[in-house]
Amino acid sequence: MTVDTSPDRVETLDRVVIRFAGDSGDGMQLVGDRFTELSAAFGNDLATLPDFPAEIRAPAGTVAGVSSFQVHISDHDIVTPGDTPNVLIAMNPAALAANLHDMAPGATLIVNGDSFGARDLEKAGLSTNPLEDDSLAAFNVYNVPMTSITVEATKDLGVKPRDAERSKNFFALGLLCWMYTRPTAPVIEWIESRFKSKEQVLAANLAAFKAGRNFGETAELFDHPYEVKPAALRPGTYRNIVGNLATAYGLIAASQKASLPLVYASYPITPASDILHELSKHKNFGVKTLQAEDEIAAASIAIGAAFAGSLGVTGTSGPGVDLKSEAMGLAVSLELPLVLIDVQRGGPSTGLPTKTEQADLLLAMYGRHGECPLPIVAAKSPSHCFHAAFEACRLALKYRTPVMLLTDGYLANGAEPWLLPDLDALADISVRFADAPNANGSFLPYVRDPETLARPWAIPGTPGLQHRIGGIEKEGIGLEGEGGTGNISYQPENHERMVRLRAEKVARIALDIPAVDVDHVDGADVLVLGWGSTWGAIQAGVRRVRARGLKVSQAHLVHLHPFPADLGEVLRRYRTVLVPEMNLGQLSRLVRAEFLVDAVSFTKIQGVPFRAAEMEAKILEIL
Amino acid sequence: MTAEPIAFTRKDFESDQEVRWCPGCGDYGILAAMQFVLPELGVKPEEMVFVSGIGCAARLPYYMNTYGVHGIHGRAPAIATGVAMARPDLHVWVIGGDGDMLSIGGNHLIHALRRNVNLKIVMFNNQIYGLTKGQYSPTSEVGKVTKSTPFGSLDYPFNPLSVALGAEATFVARTHDMDRKHMMETFRRMHRHEGAAFVEIFQNCNVFNDGAFDGVLKKDSRPNMLIELQHGHAIRFGTDGQLGVAVNEFGEPRVVQVGDVGEGSLLVHDEHRDDPTLAFALSRLSTGPTMPTPVGIFRDVVRPVYDAEVQRQLVAESERSGPGDLAQLLATGSTWTVN
Repeated sequence: MTVDTSPDRVETLDRVVIRFAGDSGDGMQLVGDRFTELSAAFGNDLATLPDFPAEIRAPAGTVAGVSSFQVHISDHDIVTPGDTPNVLIAMNPAALAANLHDMAPGATLIVNGDSFGARDLEKAGLSTNPLEDDSLAAFNVYNVPMTSITVEATKDLGVKPRDAERSKNFFALGLLCWMYTRPTAPVIEWIESRFKSKEQVLAANLAAFKAGRNFGETAELFDHPYEVKPAALRPGTYRNIVGNLATAYGLIAASQKASLPLVYASYPITPASDILHELSKHKNFGVKTLQAEDEIAAASIAIGAAFAGSLGVTGTSGPGVDLKSEAMGLAVSLELPLVLIDVQRGGPSTGLPTKTEQADLLLAMYGRHGECPLPIVAAKSPSHCFHAAFEACRLALKYRTPVMLLTDGYLANGAEPWLLPDLDALADISVRFADAPNANGSFLPYVRDPETLARPWAIPGTPGLQHRIGGIEKEGIGLEGEGGTGNISYQPENHERMVRLRAEKVARIALDIPAVDVDHVDGADVLVLGWGSTWGAIQAGVRRVRARGLKVSQAHLVHLHPFPADLGEVLRRYRTVLVPEMNLGQLSRLVRAEFLVDAVSFTKIQGVPFRAAEMEAKILEIL
Repeated sequence: MTAEPIAFTRKDFESDQEVRWCPGCGDYGILAAMQFVLPELGVKPEEMVFVSGIGCAARLPYYMNTYGVHGIHGRAPAIATGVAMARPDLHVWVIGGDGDMLSIGGNHLIHALRRNVNLKIVMFNNQIYGLTKGQYSPTSEVGKVTKSTPFGSLDYPFNPLSVALGAEATFVARTHDMDRKHMMETFRRMHRHEGAAFVEIFQNCNVFNDGAFDGVLKKDSRPNMLIELQHGHAIRFGTDGQLGVAVNEFGEPRVVQVGDVGEGSLLVHDEHRDDPTLAFALSRLSTGPTMPTPVGIFRDVVRPVYDAEVQRQLVAESERSGPGDLAQLLATGSTWTVN
């Protein structure tokens, strides 16, 4: 008997949250990615939350080794990967144990019953089998022998049983594709292209995928499939994108719009390495990449490239920022364009390499010796990384300053549909190199543009403009015919004026960035102020509160230093400013200090994003 | 290309800055040798970049009328790598001392050498920290009494040439601040070498470590203590040419009396040996200025140059897949259209 899949038997959902969970070696990220791509191409709106251990292969079968991938798909605009999954696919007892606490009663659990033997339970630290005791009574549990069906489905392909077992993730994917009426052709095409050099693996994965699909259709376990219709998103062409990829694309776009070659130097570090991986592919865009010997070298190489006339960029995560801080100070003193990307992760020290956090704001702001200001830009969603990277480059080039771009682990690996930008609408950020003497026949490197306070960028090879710059304090006021030689100066007044001038140069950027974009509701006296990747959760929380008929306003900062010029005025319009952050209250400290407003800090430091429900509850409490 | 030869003079390479090393410092001689030799290389001042770290030596770029970066301690080879990688057409020189390059910047030095970036790396070795007023350095002899080691230093020093050779350097040389001609010839050869060229210059710090190299460099010690390596020639020295270098039964070069072993047994120096074993062994001939010490070019071999290879990959890929199309790049993978 087959389950009825006629149109009237397909139940339509407006959204669903699915979590794939298994051992690190089970390929959960891979099938999560596939399901996401499939849903994106199908036209759903979506958001994802990959979560994996730092160890490549933590002991198999243990809770420490569990890797998961959560995807939220919907027929309407969504902004978070979802608070609680509706469906959990658990490939082993550890995956079940590690994720069960996130599941609400009534949720669906699909477990691989083949992996619930005594040894598996022991490795997961379970004394009894949850499939046999009452602990799962509140859930709809589907016990599917995924391993044995996969082995059975592949037995005629000449694949060894041990290898065949490894295809069970594709069985799970096939089953989910049936459950949510996803088109299967793109997955089959992908398997065929991805594994084309490994014939047996290709055949086994394909067989497992089809077996999963057929199992859904023929087993009497599931009553009927579901569908989530395409979302009515803004018209245009979309693709699915993760933050690190968007960051890489933003840098390439900036390089193109600046007509400058991009030099990206980086040292491998989680979760930033994918930016290096991506950029290293695009040599035909004139992109040069270098995997440096260490973080310090990577920053130094980017500085050298900038001196030589390239768009110099270096990317890392928190521990790397610590090491690069001296080089950032040099860039501030040299007044060269440079972009430092910090894909933030949990700290301090090695901290939580694969988990997200936004605790580097004060590091970006103050983490260098001396008075050493630089602009800070933060991305708010995976696709927004593109625009934030572009903006960081724009500021660096225009003001001849290092700029820090803050993203984080959640943005880096999280996915969402992206309305492809109109490239003609991207600003022209080309720069003019100095090509002639600027002071009575000679060239002074610190004679400034009176408006931006930027100094000239004279690149090696330009005749007559030879100059020497360095990290020692210099005669560099360079305004109204005064002292732009760049020569070493230990003169007391000169130093104070240089310190103030460097601060003023960054402060003036406030005039060149948009005013705060406040989503204001008439009569609201609470403003939720955020920055970075909390945007989605804040947005979702605010929507929920408003759906209750209550009034709350929202604003999200992309520029953290300097702040938009009207921020103080905006904040003072509200009785209370609530600042949610994945740290101990870093932005709230900055706005309190800067504007003397009573900012209420709301924090979560667990390596995972805020949930919409947490946000909602906090806003309700404040109202 | 212009056919007209360009005639430069020393003046073209001198900046307007007053030189501020201590009177009597060996750095003056090195600066002079550099400024004497550059005009004859046929490179325009604007095509040269001098990059340095921190320390007395690192002030040199300020005195050159070229492009220059006075960077941060130890990072000059990395900054210079960025310059060379962005612009393989430039001539990039890296200047630093023994503390800068072998202590705080040791990592960058060895990686620049291994990559064979087209950098000319000049290490002034005075076996002391001068700018911080006299602490022992990674090349100071064991037992050195300094401000930071009142009971004598305990750590064993680096042999800079052994380090460079161990780091796969393609050009390794040693010269000293008392011999302008020798320095100039070494700089000439470094300029001609394609890839990373490393030179150690024995440099006297007359304030904090005066006479450190007297054992080999004093006029009357030189004949018996300084071994001038010459490519294709048997290694021979001494007031009457009575001394030489021969390889012993273990393959180790040792100083010998020519009379004892015969001329035919002397080691013939070959800068271009692909295998660095002999060059390394020669770098170990002396462990300090109390032993006969070779100067000259220890190794000069050809290997692909990093920055040129980066450029080659870029050009090859651009030819293969055409110039990048941004719109096409952003739409990589599956896209869908919402109407």
